[in-house]
Amino acid sequence: MTATIPEVRSAAPRSSRPASTLTLTSGIGLGVTMLWFSLLVLIPLVAVIITASTGGWSAFADQLTNEQTAAAILLTIRSALVVTLVNVVIGTVIAWVLVRDRFWGKGLLEVIIDIPFALPTIVAGLVLLSLYGAESPLGLHWANTSTSVYLALAFVTLPFVVRMVQPVLEELDADVEEAAASLGASRSTTFRRIILPSLAPAIAAGAALSFARGMGEYGSLVLLSGNLPFESEVASVRILSAIENDNPEGAAAIAAMLLVVSLLVIVVLDLIQRRMVRRG
Amino acid sequence: MAETRRAPRTPLTYVLRLIVIGYLGLLVAWPVTLVAWNAFHLPDVGFTTEAFSAIFSDPQMMAAIRLTCVAAVVATLINLVFGVSISLLLVRTEFPGKRVLSALIDLPLSVSPIVVGLALVLVYGGRDGWFGPTLESAGIQVIFSTPGIIMATAFVSLPLVIREVIPVLEEIGTEQEQAAASLGASSWQTFWRITLPGIKWAVVYGVVLTLARSLGEFGAVKVVSGNVLGQTRTATLAVEEKYLNFDQQGAYAVAFLLASVSVICILIVFVLRARGARVR
Repeated sequence: MTATIPEVRSAAPRSSRPASTLTLTSGIGLGVTMLWFSLLVLIPLVAVIITASTGGWSAFADQLTNEQTAAAILLTIRSALVVTLVNVVIGTVIAWVLVRDRFWGKGLLEVIIDIPFALPTIVAGLVLLSLYGAESPLGLHWANTSTSVYLALAFVTLPFVVRMVQPVLEELDADVEEAAASLGASRSTTFRRIILPSLAPAIAAGAALSFARGMGEYGSLVLLSGNLPFESEVASVRILSAIENDNPEGAAAIAAMLLVVSLLVIVVLDLIQRRMVRRG
Repeated sequence: MAETRRAPRTPLTYVLRLIVIGYLGLLVAWPVTLVAWNAFHLPDVGFTTEAFSAIFSDPQMMAAIRLTCVAAVVATLINLVFGVSISLLLVRTEFPGKRVLSALIDLPLSVSPIVVGLALVLVYGGRDGWFGPTLESAGIQVIFSTPGIIMATAFVSLPLVIREVIPVLEEIGTEQEQAAASLGASSWQTFWRITLPGIKWAVVYGVVLTLARSLGEFGAVKVVSGNVLGQTRTATLAVEEKYLNFDQQGAYAVAFLLASVSVICILIVFVLRARGARVR
C-alpha cells in the first residue's frame, strides 16, 4: 500500500501546452472544487497564521520561548530527527529485505509494515502500552518517559521510508550491478556507488514525510507518554492545552511553527519529485 | 514484484533478515497481538467476550460507534467526489496555479491533526471564529457538532483518493477518451463509459484507504468535537476516555474493533493489488 505516500508525478511538458485548457464545464468544476478546498483547508490554515501574527513578532516569539513550550518544541524536534534517522537506516534495510530476500512469511511482513498507517493513532498508543507500559511482559517500563515519545514516533512513521524505497529498488536494473561486480567491485562498493545513489531521492522523500509526521504526532502519544511537562510533552500537546486554556494566540503560534515545517517538507518533496522525474 | 532476483546468500542476508524480523516483531507484531489478546482475556477469568457485550449493550457506546461510521462515510463520499474531480482537472487540463495546487493537495498529509482541529475552530468556532457566528445565527453549528467532525475527518483524509487516481489517469492517457468524443459521446458519457472504468480500481483503493483513515481519526476530531456524551463522542475518543477511567478491558475491546476494521481494510487493498499485479 503505497497509498499515503506521494507518488512521483510526471511533470507536464510545459512548453507545448497552452496556459489554460479549461472548458465551461471543467471551469465550473474547478471553481466548485477550489471553493471546497479553500473552505476546508486553505482559509483555516491561513487563519492559524493570521491569529499567530495578531500580536506582532514579539508576542509570537514570547509564546514560543515560554519555558515549557520551548522544552516541548525541542523534544519534538529532537525526537522527530532521531526517529527519521532511524527510519532512514532501518527503512532502507527493510525495503532491501522485502525486495531482495525470499523466505517463508515475507507476505506477512508486507502486511505488518502497513499496520501503523491503518491503525487509529489512539489505538497505536494503546498497542505500544501493552508491551512497553506498566504491565510490560518484557519488563520495559517506558510509559510516561521521554523514551516513549521516540517509541511512538518510530511506530507511526515506520512505513514512510520503506514504502518510498521499495518500488525504486524493485525497478532497479540488475545489469548495472552485475556489470559493476564483473568489473571487480565488491558488494559494498556496488551498494555505495551504484545502488545508494539511485535510492537517495526516495530515501530523502521518505525521510521528509517521516519528519513531518513525527513533528505533528499527537494521538499515539496521549496515553503512552503521559504528557509530563519538561519530560514527555510534545508540541501538539502544548497546542491542545493552549486551546483548552482559551489561549488561541498561544495555540496558533505553536501551530504556525508546525505549519511552516509542513510547508517546507512539501516544498522539499516537490523538488525531489521533480528531480526524480527529470532523471527518468 | 514479479520475480525476485536471486542474490547469492551470504551471512549478511541472514543478519539483515533477522534485524528486520526482530524490529518489526518488537515494534508492531507483538504489541498488536497483545492488544487482541487483552481484549478477550481477563487475568483471573480467562477467555471472555464480556467487554464486547458490554459495548454493544451500552447505548452511549453505540452512539459513538454510529457517529464514527456516519462521519467516516460522509467524509469518504465527499473525498471521493472531490478527489476524482480534482484528479481529472490536474491531469487533463491546464490552468494557472496548477503546480501550486498540486503541491498544496499533499499538505493534509504533513499537517498535525491538532493543527487541523485548531484551524477549523479558528474559522468555524461558534463564539469568535471567522465564519462561526454568522453560520450559528443561520442555525448551523459546525464546531462541537457533527459537521465539524465530518470536516476534520475529510481534511485529514483528503489526499488519499487523489494519490491513487492521478498516476492511473496519467498512465491510461487520453486516446480512448478522444476516440469516444470523436464518435459523438458527450463529455458526461465519456466519463462514465471510458474514464471511470479505467480508474475504477484506483478509486476503490482510494476509498478503502480513506475509510480506514476516517474511522480512526483522533486528534483533529478531539479538538473540534467537544466530546459531548452521546452526541459528539466518536469511537476513538471513547477509547481514550475508557482507558483514562481505568476501564482498560473496555478500551482494549473498542481498540480491537477499530483495529480489526483497519486491518481488514489493509487486507482488502493487499489482495486487490496482488490480483491487479497478476492480471497485468
